[in-house]
Amino acid sequence: MSAPETKGTGLKWVGRAIRRLEDPALVRGQGHFTADLSATHWVRFVRSADAAGKIVNIGKPGGKMVITAADLTGVKKITPMLHKFSYRPIGQPILADGVVRFVGEAVAAVVAPSEEEAEDIADLVEIEIDATAPLTDARDALKTGAPQIHAEAPGNIILEGKVKTPGFDAVWDGAAKTIMLDARSHRQNATPMEARAGHAVYDAASGRVTLNCTTQMPHLMRTAIADVLGMPESDLRVIAPDVGGGFGQKMSLCAEYVVLVWLARKLKSSVAWTEDRRENLIASFHSRDQYITLEAAFDKDAKLLALRADVVSNIGAYSCFPTTSGVEPLMAMAEMPGPYDVQQYQCLARGVITNTCTMAAYRGVSRPVITFTLERLMDKAALAFGIDPVDIRRRNLIDKFPYKSAMGLEYDEATYKETLEMAVKAIDVPAFRARQKAARAKGQYLGIGFATFSERTGYGSPAFAARGMEITPGWETVHLTIDPSGFVEARIGSSPHGQGLRTTLAQIIADEIGVTPDIIKVIHGDTDTSPYGWGTFASRSLVISGGATLIAARKIRAKLIKIASHLLEAAPEDIVLEAGSAKVAGTDRSITIAKMAREAYTQTHKFKGEIEPGMTESGTYDPPGTFSNACHVAIVEVDTETGHVRMEKFLVAEDAGKIINPMIADGQVHGGIAQGIGNALLEEIIYDDNGGILTANLADYMPPTAREIPEIELHHIETPSTQSITKAKGLGEGGCIGAPAAIINAINDALTPFGVGIDEIPATPQRIRAALREVEKAARKTA
Amino acid sequence: MSEKTDITLTINGNDHAIKVEPRRTLVDAIREDCGQTGTHIGCEHGICGACTVIVDGEPVRSCLMFAVQAAGKKIRTVEGLATDDTLHPMQQAFMDHHGLQCGFCTPGFLMLAVGVLEREPNISDDDLLDVLSSNLCRCTGYQGIIKAVRAAAIEMRGK
Repeated sequence: MSAPETKGTGLKWVGRAIRRLEDPALVRGQGHFTADLSATHWVRFVRSADAAGKIVNIGKPGGKMVITAADLTGVKKITPMLHKFSYRPIGQPILADGVVRFVGEAVAAVVAPSEEEAEDIADLVEIEIDATAPLTDARDALKTGAPQIHAEAPGNIILEGKVKTPGFDAVWDGAAKTIMLDARSHRQNATPMEARAGHAVYDAASGRVTLNCTTQMPHLMRTAIADVLGMPESDLRVIAPDVGGGFGQKMSLCAEYVVLVWLARKLKSSVAWTEDRRENLIASFHSRDQYITLEAAFDKDAKLLALRADVVSNIGAYSCFPTTSGVEPLMAMAEMPGPYDVQQYQCLARGVITNTCTMAAYRGVSRPVITFTLERLMDKAALAFGIDPVDIRRRNLIDKFPYKSAMGLEYDEATYKETLEMAVKAIDVPAFRARQKAARAKGQYLGIGFATFSERTGYGSPAFAARGMEITPGWETVHLTIDPSGFVEARIGSSPHGQGLRTTLAQIIADEIGVTPDIIKVIHGDTDTSPYGWGTFASRSLVISGGATLIAARKIRAKLIKIASHLLEAAPEDIVLEAGSAKVAGTDRSITIAKMAREAYTQTHKFKGEIEPGMTESGTYDPPGTFSNACHVAIVEVDTETGHVRMEKFLVAEDAGKIINPMIADGQVHGGIAQGIGNALLEEIIYDDNGGILTANLADYMPPTAREIPEIELHHIETPSTQSITKAKGLGEGGCIGAPAAIINAINDALTPFGVGIDEIPATPQRIRAALREVEKAARKTA
Repeated sequence: MSEKTDITLTINGNDHAIKVEPRRTLVDAIREDCGQTGTHIGCEHGICGACTVIVDGEPVRSCLMFAVQAAGKKIRTVEGLATDDTLHPMQQAFMDHHGLQCGFCTPGFLMLAVGVLEREPNISDDDLLDVLSSNLCRCTGYQGIIKAVRAAAIEMRGK
C-alpha cells in the first residue's frame, strides 16, 4: 500500500496512512545532523585502556591543549538521585579524577584545529594507570570481599528493591507445582546508526553557548549541563537537530557534552566532537546485562498463583542521569508479572556496580529481559503440566479490566486473550505442528514460540515519582499557533528522532481545526523555540505530546468558532470547521481560517474585547499511563550441527489503542522486532577477563541485516484507551519487548527432542551447540 | 602524513578542487572539503554502509576509499538523485513505503539500491535482499526498505 498524499479535504486525517512530512528533506540528504556542523576546534577524548586502577600520571605532549580533571575546577560531578530503594548516590567526574572505573572512561580531552590532528595528539597522551583486577560480572561484584568500586556503595550495591505481598508464603506453600528458571540476558548496546556527536559554539555578543547534540531530551540536557557547570540556564541553548536514532541511548547526560560547553566558554569559540563507532560501543551506554532467577507456583490446573523473582542488574561503573541506574532493576521489579493474573509476588531487585560501561535505558528497558524470562518459564510450566503453551496462557492471561497488579499498577482495558487467539488462528498452529513433525522425521528442527506481554506506555509524572525519582519526566506542553498568514505551527517539548511525530501530531491538529496536515509545521528540539518538555522516550510522545496537542487544538478550535460566530453573525453551535474554513451549517456563508487568524492579530477591535488578540494556545498533559499489549509468534529452524537459527516467520497481533497513522505504527513494530531479533540471536557486548571489550566494531557486535529479518505479518486490534485523551496507547517498544521471548521459546520448541533448554539471550550458535554437545556427550557415555 | 595533495573530485557533475592529506577518506572529503553533508558516516569501518556513494557506476563505501583514489572519477551522492523538483523513483518509493524513520542510513541505502539497479535492472528479489543486507538500518526492520526498493525497481525498469 502506498501512503496517500498529505493534501486533500473532506476526510478525517487521524487513522490514515499518510506519507510523512519528515521525509522529503531526509530522502534528499537535506537533513541537519550534528556532525554536519563545522567547528574551529575539535575534541578527541583519550579513554582508559584499563578497567580499574589509580591514575598515576597523565603525560601530555608539549605545546598541545590537553584537558584533564585537574583543569575542570568547580565543575560538579554528575550525581543522579533516587529517594527510595536504599539508593546510594555516586558521582561521575566529567573526566576521570584519580581513578578509572571502566575501559573507555574519558580521562583527557585533546583540543586541536581538526579531528585528524586531535586524533594524532591523543595518540601521544600517555596515561599511566596502576591497574587492579576489575569486576565485570555482577555476581562476582556481589561476592563477599569483592573490591569496592565506589566507597559510597558498600558491597557494590547501588540500590535494592524489595517487595512481598502479605499472603505470599501461605499461597506458595499450598501450590501444587513450582517451576524455576535461571535466566541470563547478556549485555547489549542500542547502536543507533548515528553515534553521538556534539557541537558547542560561544556567542560573544550574548555570552551564550549553543550546544547542538544528539539527544532525545534537549531541555533536560540544558538543565543538567547548567547544573554541573554552575552557569545560568539562560546562557545555554540546546538543540537536538535531526537525530539519527536514539533507542534510549541518547536519553542520558553525556559527560562529553559538559566538556564541550565548558571548552566553548573557555575558548570563546566553537568546539565539536563526533564519536567514532568504537567509542559508541565501549563508552556510550549499555543495557540488558541481567541475571534473573524466577520461580512460579501453580495450582493443579496450571493456574499461576505466585511469582518470586531475584533480579541482579549489572549497572556498570556509574549511575545514568536522569533515570538513575534504577531504570532496569526497578522496571523489572514493577512489571515482572506482565500480562498474567497473579496476586502474590515477591521480588528482590538489585543494581550492582561493576567495572563496565554505564547502563542506561535501551528500548523496552528490562521488559525484553523479563518478558523472555517469564514467557520461557510459562513454556517450561506448560511442558511440566503436559499442556500446550497456548493453553497455559489462556488459563492465566488477565481478562477483567481495570485490573490492579500485585505491584499496584492499574491495567486499563486491553486484549491479552484476544490478541493471543488472533495470532494462534493466523499462524495456523495445527498446520505448523504437522509440518514440524514431518520435518523432524527428516532431521530438520522447526520450532514455534509464543510471547504475550503488556507494554506500559505514556506514563506521566506520578509513575516516575513512585520510583522515587528526583526528576519525574512526565508531562508535555504544546504551544499551537495559527500565524497571521494562516499557517499552523506547533511547538512541542517532545523531541522525535524518527518516530514521525511531525506527521502524527499534524494529523491530530488537522482534524481538530479543519485544515490539512501540509500547512502544519511541528517545531521541536530547540530550547530557545520549544516549550520545556521531556523529550521522546518510553513510548510516550504520541500519548503525552499527542494529548497536549489535542488539548491545545481544542482551545484553538473553540477560539476559531468564537471568531467565526462574531464575523459570520451566527450561533457558535452552527459553525463547522472544515477544509480550511468556518462555515455556517446549512448556508453558503463561510470565512477562511486564514482570514480569521489574520483578523485575530490585525482587526482585534472587531471582537469588542471579548476575544484575546493573537492565535496561540497551550496544552499540557500529564496522563496516568496506559498499557498496550501484543502476542508475538516466531517460527524458527535450528541447525543442530552448526547451532544456527534461521528465522522463518514472525507474526504479531497487537493492540495499541487508537492508531493515528497505521504506516508509522507498523514501522515502529517492524523496527522493534528487528532489534528484538538482534537481542535474541546476535547482539552481545563481550568483556574479557581484563575488562576489555571484544566487540568494539560492527563486525563483532552484530545488529541484524535485511537477511536476518524474516517476513513480518502484523494484525491489529484497536481498543481505545480510557487513560489517553487521543485514545492512542503508544507502541514504540513493544516490538523489541516480545520478540526475544517468542524466539527463545521457538528455539526451545525446536530442540524439544534433545531435551535441552536455552535460557540465555542472545542464543548464539556457540550457546546452542554447547547445550547440544552436553546431550551428545551424555548419549555417547550411555552408549 | 600531513602534506596535502591537490585533487579534483567530480561530485554530481560539479568539480571540486580541494587539497587533502593522502590519508583523508573519500567520505570526509565529500562532507568536509566539498560540503556535501547528505552522505553520512556510521561506522568508518565498512560495515554499516551509511556512507555509500556511487563511484564510476559502482556503489562503494566512501569510508573505505581515500579521496585521492577517487580523483578524476565520477562520484554520485544523494544530493544528485533528484532532478530539480522531481525525486528519483527510489526516493519517492522510500517515502511511499515508509523506507525511512530517522533518515540517517537513508542516503546510503538509496545510493546502494540505485547503483545496483542501474547495473542489474532485472535482479531477482532474493539477490536484491543479499544486496540490501550490505547496509544497516536500526529503525525500520528493513520491511519498508525492501518494499520500497522492489517498487522502485519496477518503476526504473519501466523507464
